[in-house]
Amino acid sequence: MSAASLSPAAAAGPGPSVRLGRLAFLAVVILAYAIVFAPIVMVIVTSFFDQEIVGFPPDGLTLRWYVNAWAQRDFARGFLTSLQIALAATAIGVPLGTAAALALVRANIPGRGLINTFLLAPLAVPAIVAGSALYMFYLRAEDWLDMDIKATLGGLVAANVLITIPWTVRLVTASLAGLDRSAEEAAANLGARPVTVFRRITLPMLRPGIVAAALFSFVASFENLELNLLLVGPGRTTLPVAMLSYLEFRMDPTLAAVATAQILMVTILMLVTDRFVKLSRIV
Amino acid sequence: MGTLLLDGVTKRYGEALAVAGVDLDIRQGELVALLGPSGCGKTTTLRMVAGFIEPTAGRIVIGGRDVTRQPPHARDTGMVFQSYALFPHMSVADNVGFGLEMRKVGKAERDRRIAEALRLVRLDALADRLPRQLSGGQQQRVALARALVVSPAVFLLDEPLSNLDAKLRSEVGLEIRELQKRLGLTTLMVTHDQDEALAMADRLVVMEHGRVLQVGSAEDLYERPANTFVAGFVGRCNLLDGAREGADVFRLASGAALPCTPDATARTGMLAIRPERIEVAPDPAGTGRLRAVTYLGARTEYHLELAGEAIVAVTSTPLPDDPRRRLAAGDPVRITWAADAARVIPAAEGPAR
Repeated sequence: MSAASLSPAAAAGPGPSVRLGRLAFLAVVILAYAIVFAPIVMVIVTSFFDQEIVGFPPDGLTLRWYVNAWAQRDFARGFLTSLQIALAATAIGVPLGTAAALALVRANIPGRGLINTFLLAPLAVPAIVAGSALYMFYLRAEDWLDMDIKATLGGLVAANVLITIPWTVRLVTASLAGLDRSAEEAAANLGARPVTVFRRITLPMLRPGIVAAALFSFVASFENLELNLLLVGPGRTTLPVAMLSYLEFRMDPTLAAVATAQILMVTILMLVTDRFVKLSRIV
Repeated sequence: MGTLLLDGVTKRYGEALAVAGVDLDIRQGELVALLGPSGCGKTTTLRMVAGFIEPTAGRIVIGGRDVTRQPPHARDTGMVFQSYALFPHMSVADNVGFGLEMRKVGKAERDRRIAEALRLVRLDALADRLPRQLSGGQQQRVALARALVVSPAVFLLDEPLSNLDAKLRSEVGLEIRELQKRLGLTTLMVTHDQDEALAMADRLVVMEHGRVLQVGSAEDLYERPANTFVAGFVGRCNLLDGAREGADVFRLASGAALPCTPDATARTGMLAIRPERIEVAPDPAGTGRLRAVTYLGARTEYHLELAGEAIVAVTSTPLPDDPRRRLAAGDPVRITWAADAARVIPAAEGPAR
C-alpha cells in the first residue's frame, strides 16, 4: 500500500452522475436566460423586419421603422416629457427616500415596520389602481384649490416620486444594513462631529446604494405606463403613453424600434453606472 | 496628560446590569487589560470610556477632566477597533490623516505626521493604497497608526489581536506593547484571551457578570487568584469541592483529606491546585489512578483520578529512562504536591442584580 495510490475513479475525474448533474444545471441556466432574454431579443429583431404585420420569415430587413419613429412628433415630445419627469422625480425622490431609509434604520421610531411597508406600498399596489386613485384625487384637489394639477409637469412629477421612493428606500435600507457602524464610530473617536461623520463617512459609504437607487428610480419612472396613463393630457404625454396611443391605430414595428432605442438607452445607463459603482454588489 | 479614572461606572439595560460599578485608576503610560469571557461587560466598559455608550451611573475622568457626559468626538481617546473600522473609501494616508484634519492641523504638518506614523508601523510604502488592498495585519497597523497619530490622552484597544492568525498574534502583541511603552501611552485594552492579556498588560482586570473580580499583575492573578472564576480563567487549575478542616487539611466531598496551605483566607470554597505543581510517580500502593497520558513533546499531561475527583497534572516530559515514561492508563500512582501549592479560595459569586 503506497500512500500515493489513487482510486481509478479519482484519477479519471468526476464520475458520470456528477457530470450529468452539471450538464442539467447548465441546461437550466441556459433556459432561464433564454426565457428572460427572448422578449428583448424579439423586440430588437422585429424592429428591423420589413413588413407592417410581423411574420416569419421576414420579407427583408429595413431601418424605416426607426425613420418613422423619429418622424412621429408625439414620440419625440413624449421622450422629452418622460425624461423631464423621470429626472425631476429622481432628484426629489432619492433624497427623500434616503432620508426615510436613514430614519427607518437608525432612528428608534415606533411603528418602524409599518412605516417601511407603507413606503414600499407603491411597488405592491397595482400601478393602474394607484393611477386611478391619483386621478380622482387630482380632480378633487383641482376643485378645492381651483388650479390645474392633472397633466401639469408638477402633477406628473409628484405621481412619479411615488415610484422613486420605494426603490430608494429599498436599496438604501439594504446598504445601510450592511454598513459597518464602527467606521462611523472611528470617525467620531478621531474628533469628527456627527454632521462631519455623516458627510465624510456615512454618505460616501452609502454612495453605491444611492447611485443604484437613482438609476433604478429613473428607469422605473421613465418606462412607467400605468400610473401615468390617466394623469397625462393633451400636449403633455409620456413616451410609454404615446406608444400605447400609437398602438390603437397601427400595429407596425415602429414601436419595436422605439422600444429598442429605450433598451439601448437603459443598457448604456447601466454600463456607465457600473463603471462607477459595481451594481452587482448592491442589487 | 493621560490618566484614566473610572469611578463606580455602571451600565444598566432595563433589568440587566451589564457593568456593575467598575472602579479603576490607570496611571500615565500604564497598559491595563480588561479580561473576561464574552458578555462580562469588558467591551461595554471600553465603549463607555470612548463615549459610545452613556453610563447609567459613575464618572469617567480622562487626564483630570470629567468626560462622563461628553460626546465621543470631545474625549481625546484613540481607539483601535476589533474590525479595524478603516474608512473604505479613503487611502491609507487619508485614513491616518483624518484625526489630524479634524484637529485642524495644517496640510504640511499633517503630511509630516502621517509619514511619521506610517513609518512607525512600517507602512510608509503603502500610503496610497485603499484599505481593501491590504492584508489583515497591514489593516490593523493602519488602524494603530490612525489612532496614534493624534497623540490621544488615552489609547483604547478592542480585542486588538483577535482578527489575526495565530502566528502573527504574539508578534503583533509584542510590537504593540513596545510601541505603547516607547510612546508612553496610557492604554486600556479589552481581550478575552488570557495569553494576550498576560503578555501585554502591566495590570489585568478580570471581569465577570459586569463586576471586577480581581485587579493585579499577571503573577497576582495566577498565583493568588481571588476566587475560583479567576483561578479557572487565568491559566488552568484543578478545583476540588469540599471544606477546610483545621489549618492545613482540606476535606473533599468524598471524605478524603488533602493537605493545603494554611495562610489562605477563605474558610469555605474550593481547593485550587495548578497542574504544574502536581507530582506524579508510579507506585503500586498509590491512592491515585492514571486515566490517560497525553504526550505533547516538551510537556506531558497526566489525567488522574484521586478520591473520585478528576485531576490534571502537567510536567515537562520526563527523560527517556525516567520510570514515569513507562506509565500507562489504569496504573496506580502516587500524587503529591507541596502544601503551599494547594490554596483554598472562595467560590465565584453569581450574576449581579
